[in-house]
Amino acid sequence: MNNLFPKLPVADWIDSFVDWLTTTFEVLFDGVTAVLEFVVNVLVAFFGFIPPILLIILLALLAWKLANKKIALFTLIGLLLVDNLGYWEPMIDTLALVLSSVFISIVIGIPLGIWASQNSTVRNIVIPILDFMQTMPAFVYLIPAIFFFSIGVVPGVVASVIFAMPPTIRLTILGIQQVPSDITEATESFGSTTSQKLIKVQLPLAMPTILAGINQSIMLALSMVVIAAMVGAPGLGADVYRAVTQIQIGRGFEAGISIVVLAIILDRITQNVGTKKKGAK
Amino acid sequence: MESMAKLKIENVTKIFGKNTKKAIQLLNNGESKKDILKKTGATVGVNKASFEVNPGEIFVIMGLSGSGKSTLVRMFNRLIDPTIGKIYIDGKDIVSMSKEELRKVRREKISMVFQKFALLPHRTILENAEFGLEIQGVDKTARKERALESLKLVGLSGYENQYPDQLSGGMQQRVGLARALANDPDILLMDEAFSALDPLIRKDMQDELLDLQSNMEKTIIFITHDLDEALRIGDRIALMKDGSIVQVGTPEEILMNPSNDYVERFVEDVDLSKVLTANHIMKRAEAVTIEKGPRVALQMMKKLGISSIYVVNKRRELLGAITADDARVAAEKNEGIETILQKDVITVTGDTLLSDLFDKVSTAIIPVAVIDEQNRLKGILVRGAVIGALAGNNELINTPPTEEAVLVGGNV
Repeated sequence: MNNLFPKLPVADWIDSFVDWLTTTFEVLFDGVTAVLEFVVNVLVAFFGFIPPILLIILLALLAWKLANKKIALFTLIGLLLVDNLGYWEPMIDTLALVLSSVFISIVIGIPLGIWASQNSTVRNIVIPILDFMQTMPAFVYLIPAIFFFSIGVVPGVVASVIFAMPPTIRLTILGIQQVPSDITEATESFGSTTSQKLIKVQLPLAMPTILAGINQSIMLALSMVVIAAMVGAPGLGADVYRAVTQIQIGRGFEAGISIVVLAIILDRITQNVGTKKKGAK
Repeated sequence: MESMAKLKIENVTKIFGKNTKKAIQLLNNGESKKDILKKTGATVGVNKASFEVNPGEIFVIMGLSGSGKSTLVRMFNRLIDPTIGKIYIDGKDIVSMSKEELRKVRREKISMVFQKFALLPHRTILENAEFGLEIQGVDKTARKERALESLKLVGLSGYENQYPDQLSGGMQQRVGLARALANDPDILLMDEAFSALDPLIRKDMQDELLDLQSNMEKTIIFITHDLDEALRIGDRIALMKDGSIVQVGTPEEILMNPSNDYVERFVEDVDLSKVLTANHIMKRAEAVTIEKGPRVALQMMKKLGISSIYVVNKRRELLGAITADDARVAAEKNEGIETILQKDVITVTGDTLLSDLFDKVSTAIIPVAVIDEQNRLKGILVRGAVIGALAGNNELINTPPTEEAVLVGGNV
């Protein structure tokens, strides 16, 4: 049997494909690397420039405004704890990495989601790719990411984007498709163009669902920080990774708590953005 | 003389599914909906529907769910494209129109009201009412003015800044109506517009629609599965079954002459008291002209075996009634009829519904008089006939008077 059907050299194909990509698009990858590095560095510099205590108060106020008092209080105490444990700077690195990944996910994901929602061919192509992106073990992305973007924060961002983007796309498609058919019919019956329908009706009505998608993307990006640390991305993930390799349970736990605090803050704030808007009317 | 139909459809057919060509062929061979589904997997939504809708009329399309009525109405503004057939609005075929032309028709000529209201939940009532105008690019102040006007028309002034979910179902549908009217369309499509409302609210809305219609004279195409509703508001009714138009006619024609078993079964449960009018059950009125004097009146009553009689003048305008006892006294005293005339008699007009007659007929001492707009006596309502007609006794129901007959009657 083995002679009849020799093993397909999938690994060889992928290797040579990646080689080809690396050499052919070297300029492009270099450009992307430069831009991503710049974005992350600007964010790190921005957050690093503000004294921790001021930033903590600002974030708590933001949480109060976007969500509620309880979450504001948690933000205040949680971030003070992170600062106290000495993980402030890694946390800023992580925050910058997460925010830039999510930003890129949104910039690519929402337009793609809108396109896929309007066009079934696009949808039929995009959705299997999303399945692939989400189920392929995240570590696998790291290898080509290193090839294309070398080591550091950039391959971390790229891997996070790939991992975090699917929910934004999926829920954008879902949100638009979930707009009740009689409402889209009504919109059409008044003679609206496709873009009028999209801007005036579909997107506003899909917004809560799209925001839920962004919230999921943030969570997934955050879950990638430890893995991104394996390719040299700085941040809390690097501390966890180091603690793991050196079997320092205590330090690993501290860094882990810091990630959890950050995750809860980001999650609760973004979750409440959509619902609060709805309730305020 | 004959004016052009506002909307005219010819042979309009909608096949859902893949094998539409084959299905059309089978349809032309006269195969049934069921067989076509079995052979091709295609569903016949609407089967060769043809009719005309006149300007200013309320045309009701009625059928049970699944009869294709909602599909049919959606082809009038091409929310659904017909598989074959022609749809003319003001003589122009909209099926062959480009997207651009169609958009113009949708914006200017035809508006739709939906069963589940289909309001935009993220916009205020005013913004909802403005929606059609906003799509057209009407500037802000003008569209606000027109939207406010049309909200006022449906009785929703003061609710402009509320959101749809803060309003009751009836009020939400008023917004839907206001939104459709703000565009000032010629044709209003109403797809089961009142079906989601409570019975009482529904009746109010029907009345209001009729009231509005008497002032604005739009062409309204109203879809419903409720026969009572169809009979109440329809100038003409088209009955649909399995995608086909079974009968088109006035409510009376459909009730009195159902074209087949299906229509008959459909209408057999109708509450006759809401369909029959005084015209249907009145009897010829014997009356005495006032100049004749009490002796002639007594003579007539004796001959007819009745104890009272209506009094009219030469133009047959109703003056009142007299009783036999009074007439006898007057005859002895040699007085005229005027002295014994009872002027406060109970009268109704010919188009009064049976359901509104019960109270008057049951309290009246003498048969209730039916009069026309000029106060001329047209007939009388005998208690027994009212009850008999309600029980479905056809012998007691007059054939519907045609317009000509009414005219002739008016000259008596």
